[in-house]
Amino acid sequence: MDLNFTADELAFRDEVRAFCRSAIPADIREKLIAGRHPSKDDKVRWTRILAQKGWAVPHWPIEYGGKGWTPVQQYIFGEEVSQTPAPEPAGSGINLVGPVIYTFGSDAQKKYFLPRIVNVDDWWCEGFSEPGAGSDLASLKTRAVRNGDHYIVNGQKIWTSLAQYSNWIFCLVRTDPDAKKQRGISFLLIDLKSPGVTVRPIQLFDGYPEVCEVFFDDVRVPVENLVGEENRGWDYAKFVLGNGRVTIACVGLSKERIRRIKELASRTRVGGERLIDRVDFRKKIAAVEVQLKALEMTQLRVVANQSKLEKGTQDSTSSILKIKGSEIQQATAELLMDVIGPYALPYQSEEEFQSGETAIGPDWAGPIAPAYFNGRKVPIYSGSDEIQKNIIAKVVLGL
Amino acid sequence: MDLDLSEEQRLLKDGVERLMREHYSFENRRKYRAEKLGFSEAMWARYAELGLLGLPFAEVHGGLGAGAVETMIVMEAFGRALILEPYFATVVLAGGILRHGANEAQNSKLVPAIAEGRMKLAFAYAEPQSRYDLFDVETQAKRDGEGWVLNGTKGLVLHGDAADKIIVSARTAGGAREKNGIGLFLVDANAPGLLRRAYPTQDGLRAAEITLQNVRIGGADVIGDPAGAFPIISRVADEAIAALCAEAIGCFAEMQAITVNYLKTRKQFGTTIGSFQVLQHRAVDMFVELEQSRSMATYATMMAGESDVTERERALSAAKAQIGQSSKALGRQAIQLHGGIGMTMEYSIGHYFKHVTMIDASFGDTDHHLQRLAALGGLFGDQAIQR
Repeated sequence: MDLNFTADELAFRDEVRAFCRSAIPADIREKLIAGRHPSKDDKVRWTRILAQKGWAVPHWPIEYGGKGWTPVQQYIFGEEVSQTPAPEPAGSGINLVGPVIYTFGSDAQKKYFLPRIVNVDDWWCEGFSEPGAGSDLASLKTRAVRNGDHYIVNGQKIWTSLAQYSNWIFCLVRTDPDAKKQRGISFLLIDLKSPGVTVRPIQLFDGYPEVCEVFFDDVRVPVENLVGEENRGWDYAKFVLGNGRVTIACVGLSKERIRRIKELASRTRVGGERLIDRVDFRKKIAAVEVQLKALEMTQLRVVANQSKLEKGTQDSTSSILKIKGSEIQQATAELLMDVIGPYALPYQSEEEFQSGETAIGPDWAGPIAPAYFNGRKVPIYSGSDEIQKNIIAKVVLGL
Repeated sequence: MDLDLSEEQRLLKDGVERLMREHYSFENRRKYRAEKLGFSEAMWARYAELGLLGLPFAEVHGGLGAGAVETMIVMEAFGRALILEPYFATVVLAGGILRHGANEAQNSKLVPAIAEGRMKLAFAYAEPQSRYDLFDVETQAKRDGEGWVLNGTKGLVLHGDAADKIIVSARTAGGAREKNGIGLFLVDANAPGLLRRAYPTQDGLRAAEITLQNVRIGGADVIGDPAGAFPIISRVADEAIAALCAEAIGCFAEMQAITVNYLKTRKQFGTTIGSFQVLQHRAVDMFVELEQSRSMATYATMMAGESDVTERERALSAAKAQIGQSSKALGRQAIQLHGGIGMTMEYSIGHYFKHVTMIDASFGDTDHHLQRLAALGGLFGDQAIQR
């Protein structure tokens, strides 16, 4: 056993670090350090910078632009990007639909879509949840009826992240209403510019319109946009939700947050002393750091085990990454609230920041409360923590 | 980076696990506890036979020259079986002092006796007032010709009653809580003036309060620098923490397995209680604690020998804080999910709960280690703090 990276791995880390530090546009980095949301343009710019370096999709198979890195190298890469800090590469295309297409898609789909994902020519969103199908995803009702060489799609998706910026959506649709609910679902790629599609942003309570409702009203989708086999969509959805479980822990992001907490707490005075010098506050940070270190080690165990697992199977330990990761993300957001104290109150919109309006209170205060509010989403999205626990109880504990 | 066991380590793991399976059922443990010293001499002989008693010692002294990973493997298996023998006291604690502090003559005399199972040791580091501060030493050692005279009280000496020799920390110079001026002395357990008040611990082990009244020892029985032994003590304490973390993982894993098995068999309301979601989620909470703790026990093992002392102490404090926190969280659920049967002396789960609770109260509890970690600057982003 050896926790240290090998000389090669260290050299690789230094190379990634040096590149990220020099290539990240300063405005994007500052925005992330301040805890603000990167815009679509920020994400596209950064992903294209990576694409030019050949690093936009390192985890993909080599034939589609991947790098053939080891799991440890991929881990290092992810860590370095998030600690730069730089945005996650355009997520839904690269991490979700891309792998589905190269694993289950047709040659034509691979040829058309994959290069466009790498260069972010398309911006993808995920159409899984519906008003009546949240945790019980398999009860989804959006219908796709085959009519010649098209499907006619009717229904509604909800909680679709950043659909207002997207031009493509990958959807779970019901193609066989008579089959057992998981059996009648298909995986369809839909052009959001198709007639009959309506996208309506939903403002979250922090003020950020991060998700949307997407309505389908007799939308015609060519049958060649079906991925894999009809009625096998549930299997592909499970594949999507299984992908990226390692990055879902957001260890790098939480480390960056801890750094930020310490920096700001050393600039904040409370009762005549610096907040960072108060023993009770230091202990509160230390308690979160312990959990984060444990999560990082858990993640490394999963990474180290990855090369030994059969393809497509998952390490049982990986299932705790999301649960623990969300807990820690919320804990760091709470610590930032402790740091800001009363100047959490003033609300300034993203537009005000962009127009260069003077900050109310400390210039770093603005995004802290919204980030705390926004962070409530983490244990809800991508399979709520309660669903994760159901899965662990069944699959790992055999209950 | 490599988190795998080597072939030899795997063999060791198989060997010690087999030994526990064959000889350390919960029923046997009850019998061992009723023996004269509160543990099994026959098991002690088996540990010697398997090489476990010489595991971490240098090969030139009759040991196997193994490292922290091997100790982790053994302690985890011991934790699963909840063993009673003074392995931790003799091999990890006193053995650690010998490995890091003793001279050639001392090691070549003591280590073969330990490895062959002929000698048991204890380490008297604590005192009634010292809580978790290893440098809080009031016991005095005064020069007496070639030798030394010891006076004072040592507390919570694990397996102090079974020990043939006891390593005592005592002050040769400096104020009560100074790190300088502490020495280590090897004392015969039946030396004149040494009084032992032996007692059982909450978790069924044995310990002793020891009074030293003008106990004389020879000059050859000082271990290391008589005024500069604190770094040895602190290093051994960190190794001890790693070993305790591993032992706790063995306990946690067993508590998790016993509880999940109970959920699968116990019926109420006409069905197994493991079919109830509220109980499933609690079992998952236990699983999360187990895996997070396992990660930190692994981390502790790999950092126990770190040469940068600050880095080592940060890591070991973080691990011990995690284990202490988990022993509460996981232990609470383990008892609660059993209901009444979990409260009985006859059933095993409470014994595991007691042992992990005592582990938390040894070498610093969660609060103590969060404090130490915070004082050392924490684990991440220390350089972000502006001076």
